[in-house]
Amino acid sequence: MKPTAMVLAAVLATGAVLLAQNALLINGAGATFPAPIYSKWFDVYHQKIANIQFNYQSVGSGAGIKQMTDGTVDFGATDGPMNDEQLKAYQSKRGSDILHFPTVLGAVVPTYNVAGVKGALEFTPEALAGIYLGKITKWNDPAIAGANKEVSLPAEDIVVVHRSDGSGTTYVWTDYLSKVSEEWKNKVGKSTSVNWPVGLGGKGSEGVTGLIKQTPNSIGYVELIYALQNNVPYGSVKNSSGSFIKADLASVSAAAAGTAKEMPEDFRVSITNAPGKTAYPISSFTWLLIPAKIQDPGKRDAIKGFLKWMLTDGQGYAEQLSYAKLPKEVVEREVKAISKVQ
Amino acid sequence: MATANPTVQRAGPLAGSRSFLSKLRDGDEIARLITLVFAASVVLITLLLVYELWVNSALPRHKFGFHFFVTQVWDPVMDEYGALPFIYGTLVTSGVALLLAVPLGIGASIFLAELAPARISDTLQFFIDLLAAVPSVIYGVLGVFIVVPLMRSVIYPALNKPFGYLPIFKGPSYGVGFLTAGIVLAIMVIPYIISVSREVLLSVPRDQREAALALGSTRWESTWKVVVPFAKTGIMGSIFLALARALGETMAVTMVIGNTPKISASLFATGYSIAAVIANEFTEATGELYTQSLVELGLVLFLLTFILNGMARILIVVTTQKGSGKGNQ
Repeated sequence: MKPTAMVLAAVLATGAVLLAQNALLINGAGATFPAPIYSKWFDVYHQKIANIQFNYQSVGSGAGIKQMTDGTVDFGATDGPMNDEQLKAYQSKRGSDILHFPTVLGAVVPTYNVAGVKGALEFTPEALAGIYLGKITKWNDPAIAGANKEVSLPAEDIVVVHRSDGSGTTYVWTDYLSKVSEEWKNKVGKSTSVNWPVGLGGKGSEGVTGLIKQTPNSIGYVELIYALQNNVPYGSVKNSSGSFIKADLASVSAAAAGTAKEMPEDFRVSITNAPGKTAYPISSFTWLLIPAKIQDPGKRDAIKGFLKWMLTDGQGYAEQLSYAKLPKEVVEREVKAISKVQ
Repeated sequence: MATANPTVQRAGPLAGSRSFLSKLRDGDEIARLITLVFAASVVLITLLLVYELWVNSALPRHKFGFHFFVTQVWDPVMDEYGALPFIYGTLVTSGVALLLAVPLGIGASIFLAELAPARISDTLQFFIDLLAAVPSVIYGVLGVFIVVPLMRSVIYPALNKPFGYLPIFKGPSYGVGFLTAGIVLAIMVIPYIISVSREVLLSVPRDQREAALALGSTRWESTWKVVVPFAKTGIMGSIFLALARALGETMAVTMVIGNTPKISASLFATGYSIAAVIANEFTEATGELYTQSLVELGLVLFLLTFILNGMARILIVVTTQKGSGKGNQ
C-alpha cells in the first residue's frame, strides 16, 4: 500500500500544480479570418497575465455561432453579425443576450487575370454586380471599359470565380453586392454561401487565386490580407462618394469611421458601401461574441479585462498582421459597452 | 495490484466451471471474445452512422421528402435544397474514373502478375503501393497544376474539335470540370485496382496455368482465357474498392470539379459532388435546415454506396454462376 499511496499523492500534487497553472482556461471558437490576430492577442495577453489562458479554435463563423448557442464555448467570433433569428435562438437556449464587439477590420478585393492588362483595373459597383449576375459577359463591355479608358480590354468572355466553401469573405462580398444592386438583393441575397448565378467555385482563398492565375480572363474576390501577403494584384472599387479607392489599411479604417456615427447600440452593422471620401466600400468588421451574462465571476473579469486590453494596447498589433485598426470613435463606444457584460 | 492476479487464477478451479476457465487460460476463449467484439463493433459503427445521419436529417426529410432527390436548386439564402446536381456529379466523375482506370489497371496488373519478371514486378509494386498511400490533397494539387492546364491546352481541343457535335464534348472548357475530376480520380484509384488485382492473379493456382499450357495454349491464351477468368471475382472486388474510393473522394475532386451545382451533359462543364459540397459548406452552414440538408446529403452518399455495393455483389454472384470461375468461390 505504501508505494501506491505515494504514487497517488504524487499524481494529486502534479494535478494540483497543473490546475493552478491553468487556473482559468477560456474557450472560444469561430471565424478563421481574424484567427492570426486573435492567436497573437491571446498569446501576448497570456504572457502578460499568466493565469489566464485563452484557447481559440478557428472553425468558421457558422460553427462558432453554433458552439456558442450550444454552450460549449465561452465566447465566439464571427465575420458576419448574428441575425435576429440566431440571437433569439441563443436567448431561448441560454437565457441571456449576446454582445457583439468589433475587433479589427477586413476588406474584400476584386482580383483578376486579363490577357494584356498589367495595371490595376477600376470597377464600378454596377460592373461588379453585372459580372456576378452574369449580365456582363465580355471584358470590353462598356460598363467595365468606361471606367478604364486607358486600358484596352479584350473582347473575351469573363470567367467568374467565387468561393465554394462557406466563408465570411463571401458574406462581405454578397452583402456589398446586395447593397449596390437591387437585382442581386432580390435574386441572390447575402450569406456565407449563396446560389451563384454564374461562375466556378474555388475552395478557400488559395483555391480562388489558383483558378484565377490559371484561367485567362477571369475575375474573383479574396480577402485584402490574403492579396497583400501573397502579392495578388487587385483592382480598385468606386465608393459611395464616387471616387475609386484601392483597398489598404487606411481606406478600410476610413470606412469604419464613416459609419461610426450611425452605429447601432449593439454594433451589428454592415460597413459595406460606407460613406466617406476615402472609404473603401467592401470593408467589414469582424466581431467577438460575448454572452451578456457570465456566471463564473473569474471568467467574467478575465473576459472583460481582455476586451479592454484588446481595444487599447491590443489594437497596436493589428497593422503588423495586415489588419486595419478600429477607428477611435468605435473604440470609445466599445469601451463603454464592456460594462454590459455581467 | 501485483498480488491480485494469482488470487484470481487460484480461484478458478475452486469455482468449478473447469472447461470455460481452462479455455480462458489457454487464451482461446479470450481471443474469441476479443475478436468477436472487434467484429461486432464494425456492424455497430455502421448502424450508429446510419442512425445519426437519419436522426440529424429529419428536418429536410420532412420538408422536402422525395423532392430532395430531384430538385436542382441549392440555395442557402432562400433555404431551398436539392441533391440532384450533387448525385449527378458524383456518379459522372466516378463513372469517368472507372472507365479510364479499369482497363489501365487490369492491363497493368496482368503484366505485373503474369508477364513481367519477378524483380521488375516487385519493384513496380513498391511504387504502386506508394501511390496508393499518397494523400488525396496531393492528387488535387497535381490536378490543379498539371491536369487542368493540360485539359485546356491539349485534351479539350483534341476532343472538342473532332467530336464537338456530341453533347458530351460540347461547350467551352475552363480546365476544371467533370472530365478533369474523372481523370484525377482515375489516377487515384488505379493503384488500388493494380495492387488488389495483381495479388488475386498471383494467387491463381499454378496447375491452372500448367494445365492450359499443357493443352497447347500460348502464354497469352493461358493468361487471358484461364487465369483472368479464374481471378474474376477478385478483380471485380478491386474495381468496387476503387469505385468506393472515387465516390467518397472529397479533397481532390473539389479542387478540380469547379464546384457549381449544375447538371450538364458536357464532360467539359463544371459540376459538384456530394462529398465536396459537404466538406465545403458544413463548417459555415448556419440554420438548422441548411446543416441538416448537408447531413441528408451524407445519407444520400451512404445510400448510393450501399446500392452500388449491393449491385456489385449481385453482379459477382451472377457472373460467377455463369462463368468458369467457380473454383475461386
